[in-house]
Amino acid sequence: MNEFLRRLLFLPEQASSVAPGIDHLHYFVIITTMLMSAVVGWTALGFFIRFRRRSEIETTPRIEPGWKFETLAVGLPLIFFLAWFWMGFHAYIRLATPPPNSMEVYVMAKQWMWKFSYPGGPNAISTLHVPARRPVKLLMTSRDVIHSFFVPSFRIKQDVLPGRYTQTWFEAVEPGRYQILCAEFCGTDHSNMRGEVVAMRPEDFDTWLNEQRRGLTNRQDMAASAQEPVPPLTDMVEQGRRLAVAFACVKCHTIDGSPHIGPTWLDLYHRQERLANGDTVEVDEGYITESMMDPRAKVVAGFNPVMPTFQGRLDGPDTAAIVEYIKSLRSERINPTPSGGPAYEPIRGR
Amino acid sequence: MSQSAVVSRRAGKNYLNVETSVKSWLLTRDHKRIGLMFLVLNVGALFVGGVFALLLRFEHLSPGPTIMDAITYNRMFTLHGVVMVWLFMIPAIPSAFGNFLVPLMIGAEDVAFPRLNLASVYLYVAGALIALWGMFHGGADTGWTFYTPYSSMTPTKVVPILIGVFIIGFSTIVTGINFIVTIHTLRAKGLTWMRMPLFVWAIYGTSIIQVLATPVLGLVLLLIALEHSLGLGIFDAARGGDPVLFQHLFWFYSHPAVYIMVLPAMGVVSEVIACFARKNPFGYKAIAYSSLGIAFVGFFTWGHHMFVSGQSTFDAGAFAVLSMLVGVFTAIKVFNWVATLYKGSIQFRTPFAYICGFLYFIVFGGMTGVAVATVSLDVHWHDTYFVVAHFHFIMVGATLMAFLAALHYWFPKMFGKMYNEGWGLVSAVLIILGFNATFIPQFWLGNFGMPRRYYNYPERFQWLHVASTAGSTLLFFGFMIILIYLFIALRFGRRAEWNPWGSRGFEWRTATPPPTHNFDQAPVFTHGPHEYHEPHEVDLA
Repeated sequence: MNEFLRRLLFLPEQASSVAPGIDHLHYFVIITTMLMSAVVGWTALGFFIRFRRRSEIETTPRIEPGWKFETLAVGLPLIFFLAWFWMGFHAYIRLATPPPNSMEVYVMAKQWMWKFSYPGGPNAISTLHVPARRPVKLLMTSRDVIHSFFVPSFRIKQDVLPGRYTQTWFEAVEPGRYQILCAEFCGTDHSNMRGEVVAMRPEDFDTWLNEQRRGLTNRQDMAASAQEPVPPLTDMVEQGRRLAVAFACVKCHTIDGSPHIGPTWLDLYHRQERLANGDTVEVDEGYITESMMDPRAKVVAGFNPVMPTFQGRLDGPDTAAIVEYIKSLRSERINPTPSGGPAYEPIRGR
Repeated sequence: MSQSAVVSRRAGKNYLNVETSVKSWLLTRDHKRIGLMFLVLNVGALFVGGVFALLLRFEHLSPGPTIMDAITYNRMFTLHGVVMVWLFMIPAIPSAFGNFLVPLMIGAEDVAFPRLNLASVYLYVAGALIALWGMFHGGADTGWTFYTPYSSMTPTKVVPILIGVFIIGFSTIVTGINFIVTIHTLRAKGLTWMRMPLFVWAIYGTSIIQVLATPVLGLVLLLIALEHSLGLGIFDAARGGDPVLFQHLFWFYSHPAVYIMVLPAMGVVSEVIACFARKNPFGYKAIAYSSLGIAFVGFFTWGHHMFVSGQSTFDAGAFAVLSMLVGVFTAIKVFNWVATLYKGSIQFRTPFAYICGFLYFIVFGGMTGVAVATVSLDVHWHDTYFVVAHFHFIMVGATLMAFLAALHYWFPKMFGKMYNEGWGLVSAVLIILGFNATFIPQFWLGNFGMPRRYYNYPERFQWLHVASTAGSTLLFFGFMIILIYLFIALRFGRRAEWNPWGSRGFEWRTATPPPTHNFDQAPVFTHGPHEYHEPHEVDLA
């Protein structure tokens, strides 16, 4: 029955945990509305035939509605409409509330592409890899105009706004590929602003994520369906450098190893830092991100806790870009045979 | 009866042939001539908007480029929306038929402010010319909704179109004020509020919305014009502005605007259905008050355009439940119209064929409206073709049906000529079928996940687009037939009788076509409209 109605109404596959429930309400509303409309329509048609004009001098009685008719005319639709509202609003609250154990992915929309950033992990363009059977929460913002993240198979849609985060969530029930469409008109190439959710088996996803973290797969997944050529790593570094200037990071953090208000960024990545509380920490993406968002959590020994939080000021992709920039700041001293080619030389000169 | 005494049935000088110079038309203060000018202008706008629509449909015959490039497509759907909404749908019934009929129906010589009325024509023409100029010099590509921040960043020229619509807005406001004052002050002796024809009630409700909502549109259009040209920043997040604020302001006008379009249509239906069923409207008070109810509640439902925009969950719920109330008011009207037919004496003529179409579109379109107001379902439907099909059914379908019903019903009154009934029915059938064939595939497309405003679309949607395009050509042929036989009727049509439909509507009490000052002597009303159970006094006279 579900399958029959779904096909009759041309609904896409039900690929998320919420889709079947939404479709069932859809069937209920459509069937009741069509039945009610049909009753009204057939009644009217019956009247057309039964009360057609038979002679030109026919007269008609004056009929006024009684209170019973009026109550029925108001009450019946009101009861139905309120029932649909109640059911729909319940489901809407569920759609608007990500489960607490959701995996988080940052989404940045721009004309005309989707960019996904896994906190402390890789970035991807156009293709969102997620584990199936696990709720995924998307934290979304836009770099330019309003976009809208729409996955028909998941029955979710959420506008993506500049200067503000919106969120949505989904749980893919089966591994598979599901199309992402932009649903808010965003300019000339609006209709080509598409992407894909690739739901993987959870164990495959873990493998994929680890590979991405190590940078081993060289982001093949992006190349597969990206609308634009995959930006090389140095472009992210460049973006991070600009952000570091724009957000005034470099007013306190030097990039040439000289001491200043904050720890220098040169060779920061993978450094073992001693903290004010005596612990040591290895500087990785997670620590750098945490220090941007909650700077007083792990203050390096010898420095004053004066750094402001960038929570809410830097989004996922920007954070990742700054992390990439910090990672790129290497000196010969530690890394005498750099694998990254001459990229680090110009960086020091900048 | 006293009314019959004022009727001059002799074919003497009427408002059309009393003066025929171009100057006499351009400087007229006669509400009937002004209504007629609006009718011609509106039909012209309908034609332009319709050609845009047809081109858009042809573009969708295949994914990717078919007959135009992406930017042309984006401009064209914007212009289709702007022309159809502001140049046709909003003024269509109030400015054309409202102007012509309201004074006749309330027994007045003219509207309260005839000069202001003439000014509203010129405002409309000025706004339309500026908007048209903008369309041919850069043409906006923002959609008729002008959402920021895209509208403040677009490389196309939005400002002339914004200014054009801003000026047309004043035409709407002026018309609204005129009707409110006219209805309050110029009703003839004996015409109490509860004796007013239902069309006048509907125009009254519409005018209130026009006067209250249109200034907000003016404000928001000016703000985007400033944002686009001077970089004002009110809607720019980077400077502390809020792009969603724009949507609130825009829909605060544009949702009530839907009722500016559909309330007069409901008024037309109440008139025409009573005439062709030869029966009093069942539940006169219910129909009259539900017009005011829609006008009131319509102001508090704008947020249902924004269920996925990032407004709070609570807001979404509040707007959803209020939207359901509009459905209840509409249902009351529908039940009353259908009940009017009960024990009537139904004559199936062209205007009545359009009334059948209207009932069909308002019922099915209205029901899909209640469905999209169901919040969780709207998340999937929002900004897809389902919504496009929904509003074309309820807003365009219903209004267009009523417009055509009004055109055919009052054509003899306006021009004193009769059109060919057979062709009338043929084109009515073509238009109703064509409308369904165009938009039913679009409901399916929306379910399927096809977003609106898509130049290029995934291939799985193609066959439904082709079906929709086929339907739109049918629709186009239907309109062409109407245009042809109405022109023939104007030139060669047989002279209309004084009251060809046997209507008891107050507008038929004067001569057909009416004289310049409507009545030879001031009419006095002794009972309500549409009292078909009594013998027709005028016939007895």
